Amino acid sequence: MTVTANPPVRPRHGRPWTMVERNLMIYRHTWPVILAEIFEPLLYLLAFGLGIGALVGHVPGLRGDVPYPEFVAPALLATAAMNGAMNETTFNLYAKLTTDRTYESILTTPMSVRSVALGEVSWALLRGTLVSTAFLAVVSAFGLVHTPAALLVVPSALLIGFTFASTGLLVVTFLRSWQDFQLIQLVMLPMFLFATTFFPLNVYPRPIQVFIEALPLYHGIELTRAAFLGTTSAHLAVAVAYLALLGTAALTWAVHRLERTLRD
Amino acid sequence: MTAGPVPILAEGLTKTYGGFTAVDGIDLEVRRGEAFGVLGANGAGKSSTMRMIACVSPVTAGSLRILGRDSATDGAAIRARLGVVPQDDTIDGELTVRENLLIYGRYFGLSWKVLRERSARLLEFARLEDKAGDAVGTLSGGMRRRLTIARALINEPEIVLLDEPTTGLDPQARHLLWERLHRLKQDGVTLLLTTHYMDEAEQLCDRLVVMDAGRIVASGTPAELIARHTSREVLELKFAADERQVMIDKCRGLAERMEELPYRLLLYTDDGEETLAAVNARGVRPRTALIRRSTLEDVFLTLTGRSLVD
Amino acid sequence: MGTSAPAFRELGYWLFRYRRTWRGSIVISVANPLFFLTALGLGLGKLVDRDGALHGESYLRFILPGMLVAAVMQTAFLEAAGPVLQSVRQRGNYRAAAATPLSPEDILYGHLMFWALRAVQNAVLFTGVSVVFGAVDPARAPLLVPIALLVAVAFATPAAAWSVTVTRPSQISAVFRFAVLPLYMFSGTFFPVEQLPSWLRPLAWATPLWHGVDLGRAVALGTATPFRVLVHVGYLTAMAVAGLLVARRNYRRTLHV
Repeated sequence: MTVTANPPVRPRHGRPWTMVERNLMIYRHTWPVILAEIFEPLLYLLAFGLGIGALVGHVPGLRGDVPYPEFVAPALLATAAMNGAMNETTFNLYAKLTTDRTYESILTTPMSVRSVALGEVSWALLRGTLVSTAFLAVVSAFGLVHTPAALLVVPSALLIGFTFASTGLLVVTFLRSWQDFQLIQLVMLPMFLFATTFFPLNVYPRPIQVFIEALPLYHGIELTRAAFLGTTSAHLAVAVAYLALLGTAALTWAVHRLERTLRD
Repeated sequence: MTAGPVPILAEGLTKTYGGFTAVDGIDLEVRRGEAFGVLGANGAGKSSTMRMIACVSPVTAGSLRILGRDSATDGAAIRARLGVVPQDDTIDGELTVRENLLIYGRYFGLSWKVLRERSARLLEFARLEDKAGDAVGTLSGGMRRRLTIARALINEPEIVLLDEPTTGLDPQARHLLWERLHRLKQDGVTLLLTTHYMDEAEQLCDRLVVMDAGRIVASGTPAELIARHTSREVLELKFAADERQVMIDKCRGLAERMEELPYRLLLYTDDGEETLAAVNARGVRPRTALIRRSTLEDVFLTLTGRSLVD
Repeated sequence: MGTSAPAFRELGYWLFRYRRTWRGSIVISVANPLFFLTALGLGLGKLVDRDGALHGESYLRFILPGMLVAAVMQTAFLEAAGPVLQSVRQRGNYRAAAATPLSPEDILYGHLMFWALRAVQNAVLFTGVSVVFGAVDPARAPLLVPIALLVAVAFATPAAAWSVTVTRPSQISAVFRFAVLPLYMFSGTFFPVEQLPSWLRPLAWATPLWHGVDLGRAVALGTATPFRVLVHVGYLTAMAVAGLLVARRNYRRTLHV
């Protein structure tokens, strides 16, 4: 065998997409995981939308009164996008950084730390799109969708995914051990429960409302809920800007920190 | 070999981590098509040197040019032409054997078409054709290492860096690996390897350097190093534990140099038979006595004052 | 059967390990249900209590026993499944313990005592905080602790019996997602089973968690009748004993080959 005799194929620099290809190749073996990710928000929708919905009836204070299932469905979609993206860039990424040391060998190739980071975020987004599209399809089949604007929940979920994938990437650079994941949980679970997923902002006294309005998930839910219910308001521009800015800032900082850790 | 830029040229190469100096201003020149060895005990600075040459770890001071390019500015372009075999097999545990080769090739931006053809050839080179579809978790240590080497060849590199390529392998697996590395050399690939094993260095390396505490303490061909730094022969003596110290004291002055190791005494001499006779004449009764030619192990011992595998 | 002294050595091992992780585990087992309780009991409760859908009972008081029992079930499953799988692997601590004079039964009982202690710990903390919240009658709150213990053992023994035979961690996460989580949500924890479509109700009544939740709720709200208590306790005890018998058999088969 000759290894170098062939005319050289000119190698281009590795791109972020290659990381997505790697993950896709793995998912050929483990695709049922994605089913579980769609199953969980649906379970919440069934329990809360139908079970608790019967106790609640309509949610007052929004444009007219909204039936409870239609109130929670877009919020569950937003939290699914958040959790999917965060899991990918915290849990899975931490395993690749420490236990599997996947990036050590990748970085001996022309791939840059930046390409790796962008690739992992892109992969989280791709998964998020898949999950949100499937969720939307199921929810439409249940007859909860009444406006074509609901299709906008998919790009909204994508933006939420970007924000939280990038934030997760930043958070992972600060972790000291697996035990620290409990601290992440300590932030994520209350955010899931309190950021107007299950009840509107107006149940809170005003000072707490201000605090809730500062949470990124609150803005994400505002976006998906507006798309789902076909409402618009000036606040949506704020929400988009907030999520995009937070995501970009987190990503930039995360890449900087990863450069330092991975190329010491 | 065809002329071209020097594959690896380092001057005053230095690496510090915080206040600790791992590599302390070394000079290296590796020529095209040769197998170049870096010897040293754990912590001598071998791996830090390798990581800088692989362009994964920035140089603290000094200059490092690889294939004519500056490692500080052209890292990605240099890495495109290197193959790296790290000390621990960092193969992707979630992928199959063949997928490992394919995806790694994608990191170099190679097309799927090229990769399908190359991965087939490399699987054959690594004798892993039968394992192509298997999970890497099922491979033996030798197979994993051969896969790592095959993976490092996917971009048809001009230089291959191997960090302790045969550590932890059984003798059969080592010989198979050496044979594959010889074939790479015949194909004109430049090899740079670190090792703990003197027999490996003698087998594979055209030239080598010995590192100690971040510095290069000797360099040359294996034969040159032996001629320069140690005697022609070595007399190895072993004693019963209770009379060991007395016997060692009696041997003093019988050879140019004496090295006390746990369980054995080494006497460096140009004529082993003559020295053994002198030892016997002094009434020293070793439990065993062995005369052998000097090896790189002895060079190492002479230069650093300790045995290599500790 | 009965617990032999060597089982306490196995318990000692788990307690020793727990010294390093107890802070985090209290966060997971107590803070999480408390978050749920605040968000749902107080926040969602504002919507639910508008129309008095729960016959005058506040939503907070309604879900508290359900949350407690469901949380205890979840912790019991997670602590019995993952750690047993880890321990039974070739380099796990069950293997090390099995090489000592400990019998497989000792190992099981020791570990079971640990799960029981954890359940009691969680239940005491959880009900204590709930009393402060005014979410449960202080006189009836202590009764929730033995109920939590019974539920924990009823779920931990079958979970251990199964996990000791499991080969891949993904099986455990699959069972958690597709069995434990649905149980958590549809066993009357968050809403009365009567809200379910009529064909689904018998299924909910058959689930073990519903028996635990309904027992806890009847006791906490003071609506318990002797017959109801007897049925629920009987069901859960039968499950615990059956789980223990299968677990004993499986532990012996796996650890003494």
